[in-house]
Amino acid sequence: MALTGDQVRWVAHLARLELTEEEFQLFTGQLTRIVDFIDQLQQLNTEGVEPLAHALPIHNVFRPDEPAPSLSVDEALANAPARKGDFYSVPAVLD
Amino acid sequence: MSRPTPYTIVIGLEVHVQLLTRTKLFCGCSTQFGLPPNSATCPVCIGMPGVLPVMNRAAFELALKAALALQCNIAPFTKWDRKNYYYPDLPKNYQISQYDLPFSTGGGLEIMTPQGPKWIGLIRVHLEEDAGKLLHDETGRGGDSLVDLNRAGTPLLEIVSKPDMNSPEEAKAYLEELRLLLREIGVSDCEMQEGSLRVDANVNIRIPPEHAGGRKPLPGRQYVATPIVEIKNLNSFRAVERAIAYETQRQFEEFQESGKQLGEVSKATAGWDDVQGVTVVQRRKEEASDYRYFPEPDLVPVEVDQAWLDRIRATLPELPAARRKRFESQLGLSAYDARVLVGQGLAFADYFEKVARECGDAKAASNWCSNQVLAVLNERKISIQDFPLAPEALADLIIRVKKHNINAQRAREVFGIMLQTGETADGIIKRLGLDVSFDAEELRELVKKSIAANAKAVADVKAGKQKAMDALVGFVMRETKGKAPTDEVRRLMNEELAKV
Ligand SMILES: [Zn+2]
Repeated sequence: MALTGDQVRWVAHLARLELTEEEFQLFTGQLTRIVDFIDQLQQLNTEGVEPLAHALPIHNVFRPDEPAPSLSVDEALANAPARKGDFYSVPAVLD
Repeated sequence: MSRPTPYTIVIGLEVHVQLLTRTKLFCGCSTQFGLPPNSATCPVCIGMPGVLPVMNRAAFELALKAALALQCNIAPFTKWDRKNYYYPDLPKNYQISQYDLPFSTGGGLEIMTPQGPKWIGLIRVHLEEDAGKLLHDETGRGGDSLVDLNRAGTPLLEIVSKPDMNSPEEAKAYLEELRLLLREIGVSDCEMQEGSLRVDANVNIRIPPEHAGGRKPLPGRQYVATPIVEIKNLNSFRAVERAIAYETQRQFEEFQESGKQLGEVSKATAGWDDVQGVTVVQRRKEEASDYRYFPEPDLVPVEVDQAWLDRIRATLPELPAARRKRFESQLGLSAYDARVLVGQGLAFADYFEKVARECGDAKAASNWCSNQVLAVLNERKISIQDFPLAPEALADLIIRVKKHNINAQRAREVFGIMLQTGETADGIIKRLGLDVSFDAEELRELVKKSIAANAKAVADVKAGKQKAMDALVGFVMRETKGKAPTDEVRRLMNEELAKV
């Protein structure tokens, strides 16, 4: 099933990606092949098969509620694109 | 009370509460409120590549505890999912939440309405992580926003009600009952000011066809329903009430103009402006609920068996609803008294119960606790744990008041002295010479004496001047140096006057 141009643009928008016309063509082709592969999987008869929630056969992995050291403020903010005082600084968000 | 409206209000509430854990949901960072910005983060909660979240057992067990107290159905198998969206307060670009297999569904709680008790059902309760905090530039010059990620990864319980509430008062009653319950069982401190309880309200109205200005209900409906609006930025229970009252009337007026019904336009979001007292509807975003949920591969599922549930259930204290019922059935309190006492919290209700048991008079204990004791707590802004009188001391006062027939005003005086000096009721009563017990016959003689000595007052009372009673009762009080129980004197006086 070929993806429509609108679907690819929508997915790019959700991922906050700006695509050039070239990239748009490239990814439309690649994404279509992925969707085709899923279509192929869907031909399998899965009647009576429980959907798998997780690939690992383990469950109930917990840690105790015990504090562990956090990063220093400087470490935490080391990769921030912009910093103001002890905060990350980001372009104004309109909400 | 709400004024009558030509429509029915329909409200569903989405409540987020922060769980009382020491650390975050998937890492060991502190959840303490008010830490310096960005001082409680680590590679896990700020979404560095290659890290592995591991579930906090205490968080999951608190979640179970809340769901059991809310009578939810606990799923034997549950898993977590990624909810994908981009926002500066969400460092991973997804929130770990629960989508199709939440750990609990159903349940609910009972609220009190003017029409009697009402059950408010729940759709689901699930466990998820919080996002960080954004501080916007308040100058209006469009400056940068600041991000504090301390809160990112804090464990939250999302409690989604059915649209079962039909008035702003019911919404408030639901929130109060929910907060009381969650505090009592130690799941959350539910402090709105600190963000550990947050509310969003989904609201619309149902208009009967005769008030719908000629618009016909859509097929399958007996009424016209307006599009649902989700109200955000509700910062107090009072704000929830006011916002719902405002928004429903606004929807009614908008419907008169637009005629748009539920299903004809997509759901909108509105922000509550507490200063202006208005809801501000934000432009309907393109159907933004495209969160592309998928199972969180880094977390394994959780299976809950009966033994585990039994263990958690055993840690639940008596819940507010059960305690109210017991106060009514066992102690003979009115529904109102039981509600007042239990509404003050577990510790206060415990205190009352000890007083009631010690003095053997639940009604008197209830009166003392919900009047005098509560007044002192409010005045001194302290909790019952810091109240200076032990329950035994108050019970002793109640017993002696009864035994010596001490009148209400004198009893309050003794109570006041006990609070100030820490003396026992017995000691104060002796010191003030209140420990005289009048037997009924002795009092009756004095009453007769008063009637004989005050012919004019007697005639006045007989002529309907109730004020003259004071002179007759006052005579007895003087004779007993103010120690006679006034209520009893009045009762006897009425009896004897009837014979004259
Ligand atoms: Zn962390």
